[in-house]
Amino acid sequence: MIPFPVLSVITWAPFVGAVLIMFLARHSPLAVRLIALLTTSISTVLSVFIFVVYDREAAGFQFYEKLPLVPPLGISYEVAVDGMSLLMVLLTSVIIFAGVFASWTVKSRSQEFYALLLALVTGVYGVFVSLDLFVFFLFYELAVLPMYLLIGIWGSSGEVRPRGIFGWAFRETGVGTKEYAAMKLTLYLLFGSAFILVGIFALYVTAGTGSFSFLELEATTFDPRVQFWVFLAFYVGFGILAGIWPLHTWSPDGHASAPTAVSMLHAGVLMKLGAYGVVRLGMGLLPDAAVELAWLVGGIACINVVYGALSAMAQTDLKYVIAYSSVSHMGLVMLGAATLTEAGLNGSVFQMFAHGVMTGLFFALVGLVYEKAHSRAIFTMGGFGRAMPGIATAFTVGGLSSLGLPATSGFVAEILTFMGAWRSAHPWWLVPAVAGTFLTAVYVLRVTKQIFWGPPSPHFDHLEDARGPEWLALVLLTGVIVVFGLVPALAIGPVDTATVPILTRMVKP
Amino acid sequence: MRVGSAAVALVVLGLPFASFLLLALVRPLRRSAVAAATVSITVMVAAVVAAFWLSWRARPLELLQSPSTTWSWIPADGGPMATVGVMVDGKSMAMCMLVTFVSLMVQLYSWAYLHDEPRRSLGRYYAYHSLFAFSMLGLVLAPTFLQMFVFWELVGLCSYLLIGYWYDRPSAARAAVKAFWITKLGDLGFVAGIVMLWAAAGTFDFWELFRLAHTNGLPPAGMPLIMFLIYLGAVGKSAQFPLHIWLPDAMEGPTPVSALIHAATMVTAGVFLVNRAFPLFMLVPDVLTLIAWVGAFTALLAATMACVENDIKRVLAYSTVSQLGYMMAAAGASAPDAGFAHLLTHGVFKALLFLGAGIVIHVFHTNDVFRMGGLGGQPWLWVPFVLATLALAGVPPLPGFFTKEAILGGVFEAHLTIPFVMLAVTAFLTAFYMFRVVFLAFFARGLGDSHAHHHVPPLMSGVCWTLAALSVATGVNLARQMLAGAHHEGAPAWLPAFSLGLAGAGIVLAWAMYRRGAIDPARVATVLAPLDWAARRGYGIDAVFAGLYRGALLGFSRVVGWVDRYVVDGLLNVFSAWTLRAGDRLRRLQTGLPQDYVYGVALGALILFVLAQWRMK
Repeated sequence: MIPFPVLSVITWAPFVGAVLIMFLARHSPLAVRLIALLTTSISTVLSVFIFVVYDREAAGFQFYEKLPLVPPLGISYEVAVDGMSLLMVLLTSVIIFAGVFASWTVKSRSQEFYALLLALVTGVYGVFVSLDLFVFFLFYELAVLPMYLLIGIWGSSGEVRPRGIFGWAFRETGVGTKEYAAMKLTLYLLFGSAFILVGIFALYVTAGTGSFSFLELEATTFDPRVQFWVFLAFYVGFGILAGIWPLHTWSPDGHASAPTAVSMLHAGVLMKLGAYGVVRLGMGLLPDAAVELAWLVGGIACINVVYGALSAMAQTDLKYVIAYSSVSHMGLVMLGAATLTEAGLNGSVFQMFAHGVMTGLFFALVGLVYEKAHSRAIFTMGGFGRAMPGIATAFTVGGLSSLGLPATSGFVAEILTFMGAWRSAHPWWLVPAVAGTFLTAVYVLRVTKQIFWGPPSPHFDHLEDARGPEWLALVLLTGVIVVFGLVPALAIGPVDTATVPILTRMVKP
Repeated sequence: MRVGSAAVALVVLGLPFASFLLLALVRPLRRSAVAAATVSITVMVAAVVAAFWLSWRARPLELLQSPSTTWSWIPADGGPMATVGVMVDGKSMAMCMLVTFVSLMVQLYSWAYLHDEPRRSLGRYYAYHSLFAFSMLGLVLAPTFLQMFVFWELVGLCSYLLIGYWYDRPSAARAAVKAFWITKLGDLGFVAGIVMLWAAAGTFDFWELFRLAHTNGLPPAGMPLIMFLIYLGAVGKSAQFPLHIWLPDAMEGPTPVSALIHAATMVTAGVFLVNRAFPLFMLVPDVLTLIAWVGAFTALLAATMACVENDIKRVLAYSTVSQLGYMMAAAGASAPDAGFAHLLTHGVFKALLFLGAGIVIHVFHTNDVFRMGGLGGQPWLWVPFVLATLALAGVPPLPGFFTKEAILGGVFEAHLTIPFVMLAVTAFLTAFYMFRVVFLAFFARGLGDSHAHHHVPPLMSGVCWTLAALSVATGVNLARQMLAGAHHEGAPAWLPAFSLGLAGAGIVLAWAMYRRGAIDPARVATVLAPLDWAARRGYGIDAVFAGLYRGALLGFSRVVGWVDRYVVDGLLNVFSAWTLRAGDRLRRLQTGLPQDYVYGVALGALILFVLAQWRMK
């Protein structure tokens, strides 16, 4: 008897949804949404299911499926999840499920919008579950490319004044428009994937086993020089997607221009693909180089944390604040990984999840505020709390998670990262990490106070709170933040079973 | 037997949490003020009963070898990385009683005090109060540093939310955020300290750590820094110099909130922390000395500011800062029990002072003591307040006298002469500024006479009388113990008389200046002009922080933001502009004229031919 291919169903259900939407729901916006909801629900329910039934005692890769595609080249469709990818699959489900509700009000061309969104999600699931590096790469590209259209067509433009000695370049490239943002994001990420592709082929060739399978490559020990260069290629390639400094500037522009659900998905999940790639391929396959280059990964991560937070503080556009906060938090993710300690790596993976949910919530809220107030200029807003108490509450919960308040998932991630940082080879990393939480508290509470507290701003009237399906997204995301903050063992349990083997391979006896 | 205590402690802890969940999740309950208050207050009554029962039944046990009961919170490969649980010992039981009892009193009082509030937002108020009671109980029951930090931050959150309860007032919004930031600044040290301690000792658990401290199992080199960082958390939370600036501003919250959070319970968390971790602090005498000095200095500094403040709530806030300084100084002088006793007695009478102040604010609709007065004929209003003032000033047989004297004795014994002098001066100033408030707010002539016989809700005065009775009872009990010879040896015999003399002198001076009129306050202010000028401005400490925030932090963030946009991203745009230009230039090769292409092909062929010839040679 063939077991039920649960991972394939999770992965391909959204894609089937996309196809159905394109062919069957020509003039029916409601049908588009219902199909999207149905297919993402299938993925969500099943990912909760595998999260629950995953055998934590046995650990390792489970729900294994394999289907040879090109046997002479050793390419096959091979999927499975371990504790780490399990959590990432759950994160993707939570975000896309909330994202479907958050984009319920997309008006123009909703058919194409949802189809692209769902195709993209299949790519994301595929990256997390693939064990075959070739297929991994295909899914990776599938996750990146639809962004171009989603931002270019449904995005919104901002305004950036050309200044400074490079001002001429700003005028020529059209900084601030959604087309610019879409092009920048896509080109930057494709530039990164060139490095990844080179890295994957280099491993394929030097391993000489004629297989792209992660499991076979994992069993191979690579020459230290090969490891060094391939790790560097992976770090740059995936790092661009993870928003490492100074290759992060696609992220604020891209996230600020993207429509709500796309920002949610991109900042919430796609940036995690980058960090996941570094941990899974970089650290998993190249343990010696990971140890050798930890100083670089961690050092840059420290810059990310502080620099991202300070940049966020300087912004006057709400969406840019959230976008820069992602840069800062991705720094914490990378920092946790670079500590090469159990606490740090668990914190890093947990931070991927915590930050994904939190930033998804933030972008959903910014979308709602924009929809009600038609503005993203923070310093014209004020006193929104009276008219939109629900949105204000959810924003506060998100903000508290962002600044690492206990009882939210952000805290668990941060404390683990701190613990790892102090136990790592570079204890000084603790200082920027801790400073980052204070800077986050400053900018998050400052923005919250400006928008929701104080006397009502005279610039706005007829504000209203979230309604109907919008509530579902907010309740789901805030609920996940609090539940995982109170009971972190839910996630840390399986994650720990996946990170400990990676670390054991790095610390050779 | 021990598990039984833990179970009761969990009930104490769980009750307010259940109430918070109910109020937060069930919207109709939250929207109805009566229902929300009923739920919250009923649950609080149950929590008080449970807390007292816990204390009563645990008494004969004399606490076995380990009072902690813990469960895994963050799992890891080789056993849990962090645990949560409850630690039932004398300190946590005493704190449980204080917290639940004062919470109950304040919640009752709030019902009358906030009667004019919009009904819909009262549910939010009671939800925050329930959350606060839960968090504070979790803090005092915490068996590990990490759990303490978790609840430490949660009480900070409640403080932030309740200071900003009237969130559409700009001053309240500002004060809430300020309180959060300033305490967070101290908490950075706290979290770094416990992480470093974890790395050194491998555990967050108090009991394990105490055992290690006892057996010299902790690395001596790192300990001073670690304990100093942990102490920083207490500096922020317990408003020690220079992080005391948030507490006076926190008075923007409703008065009952100030009574509960910013006087009786949350702000004492720092003192509690130093007490709880005292076996670890004992390893680092230098840090203890620092704690004593900072505490004594804070006490004096805040007392001078209280002398020139006209806002009754801010006077009380400075007085809280000052008394927290006392408690910290006690811990620093290795007399933590004296500080802890003062924490408990202070919790009751300071809450009473705030609630009494709430009554006069309710009567006069102002916080300015110079616009009050004429309540001398209504003893049911002023007697509790005056009793609490006497307690704070340190007049026997009220409890403040005994606990304060114990602190002075402890500091004296530790040979901390200058801190002792500072605390003695503070004792004098305390009596002075508190009676200044009493004489102005209750007994000043003329101003308040027109308001004769005000209506004060009986619930409010009832709560005040209950607290006053409790305070007097505690004092009498302490007096009995002292007469029975429990007076600790070592302290000089003249100390009780000395501290009573200080209090008396302060009261007499206040009487002479603000009641009798024998000394003109304006003349005193002129004589002490520079001090008066500086104290009224909070010695410029606020201004320094504001400058650092605006200038250094926001200014620097703008620089970073600019650099990111115009340099880091600018360079990227330069590359893309060059690419675009290069494409633009190269495009001109495509002229569209067939001749040009033929020339191109011919040229290419020629080059290839020449190359081939050259290679063949």
